[in-house]
Amino acid sequence: MLRIRFIGIDGETAEVDAAEGASVMMAARDAGIRGIEAECGGALSCGTCHVYVAQAYQAMLPQASVEEQDMLELVAAEREAGSRLSCQISMTADLDGLTVRIPDSQT
Amino acid sequence: MRPFEPIVIVGAGHAGVQLAASLRQMGSDRAIALINDEPCLPYNRPPLSKEFLKSDADAKSICLRSEAFFRDNGIDLVAARVEQIDRNKCNVALSSGGSMTYGHLVFATGARRRALELPHGDHPNICYLRSVADGERIRRYLKVSRDIVVVGAGFIGLEFAATAAAQGLRVQIVELGKRFMGRAVSSPVSAHFESQHASLGSEFHFGRSVTSIVLDDGRLVGVTLDDGRGLSADLVVVGVGIVPNIELAASADLPTGNGIVVDDTLATCDPNVSAIGDCAIFASRRYGAPIRIEAVSNSVDQAKFLAGRLTGASGAYDAVPWFWSNQGQSKLQIAGLARDVDQVVVRGSVGEGTFSAFCYASGMLMAVESVSRPGDHVIARRLLAAGTVVRPDQAADVGFDLKACLAS
Repeated sequence: MLRIRFIGIDGETAEVDAAEGASVMMAARDAGIRGIEAECGGALSCGTCHVYVAQAYQAMLPQASVEEQDMLELVAAEREAGSRLSCQISMTADLDGLTVRIPDSQT
Repeated sequence: MRPFEPIVIVGAGHAGVQLAASLRQMGSDRAIALINDEPCLPYNRPPLSKEFLKSDADAKSICLRSEAFFRDNGIDLVAARVEQIDRNKCNVALSSGGSMTYGHLVFATGARRRALELPHGDHPNICYLRSVADGERIRRYLKVSRDIVVVGAGFIGLEFAATAAAQGLRVQIVELGKRFMGRAVSSPVSAHFESQHASLGSEFHFGRSVTSIVLDDGRLVGVTLDDGRGLSADLVVVGVGIVPNIELAASADLPTGNGIVVDDTLATCDPNVSAIGDCAIFASRRYGAPIRIEAVSNSVDQAKFLAGRLTGASGAYDAVPWFWSNQGQSKLQIAGLARDVDQVVVRGSVGEGTFSAFCYASGMLMAVESVSRPGDHVIARRLLAAGTVVRPDQAADVGFDLKACLAS
């Protein structure tokens, strides 16, 4: 199992397990992490699973697709350098320990 | 209001689950009972016609929230059906034998698939796609099927067709109308998806209906169309629409029609009873008419609105409806409702399969249908919500910055 660290809106950190290949969104949903809505279930259609990837991990992720970048324009919270849609981040061994912050709002 | 009695939500689909979750997010500490008549955790329906069919994943893989989420948030997930409602006593009787008193009752009963009313229509190889059980069944049959007939070229039928064709199966689509998704999208979008499905190898029969199911010694071997033509099939998947689940509300003497009738705050005529999602026909301010929308986004938006009202917010429900459908390599996203459309303007390249159709009624922008142009969709939702004017000539000009339009 791989670990993902979520920093919540209130600043509290939650560590959750994720299987290799699972998306960060799925791991958050399964663990009941607050603030990741994922209304479309990972179809890259709603922009409600926005997270801020911690700087140390930003370069390790494959670049966001054009579609993801377009959807990031929709996100409710401020878009930052680490902004990604968590349904598009697939967990791999080298991402073990991935840290993401949850934005104030998804809609 | 009886603030100390629970909020009882009938139906644990997208609307019911979102309502429970939003109530907690908005700080409500009232007891919440979410009544679930399906034998698994509440789940996400859209993957049923797509990813779920390609995998061997179980229902848990598409659950909307984990078991822990319901437990940790004090949401009582009740495995039962509501049999009867007594509105005078604010009481619901459950199939499990118990009963429950409500402070507020919410119908989130959704809709059920419309059946193919034909002899042998209940043959096991005639499948539908609405529940996780439907998805699991189709998945089993897909492994041993070769010839598939899809009845109905709406979102569900076409999403399934794309999935099946990509697996190398022969797919024939039978549609009563003249084009794909004819009730939902404009002609350029229909045409695009027709060419997409053709490139996947699917064949189409427009303007046709299935008049009989052909069995050989009990085995499904095909269907007959209304022009007498026979199509061979060992699996038939039917996607001819859904019917709102209104019977329970009707039996409680609540007004129903093509849905459970609610006002622009999603309340029924009984102030202690509301309805949201696929089952509700609501007084739409935006469209000046009662409308019922079948979509995950509508279910979620209405659930959030109602959670707000039940925690003290005021105002009317007026969200811009939106929809999506992924078929093969093409991604369709729709903002708004294309009502009374008399002009369609294309932005982008139809040939390259990346364009948006801007739909106007008497010069007013009603809907934007984007094919693999999510940026347009994002902006369109904002334009429609703000009521920003975008002239047809501006919409058609890709050099015209829609975002700037929004800012002004």
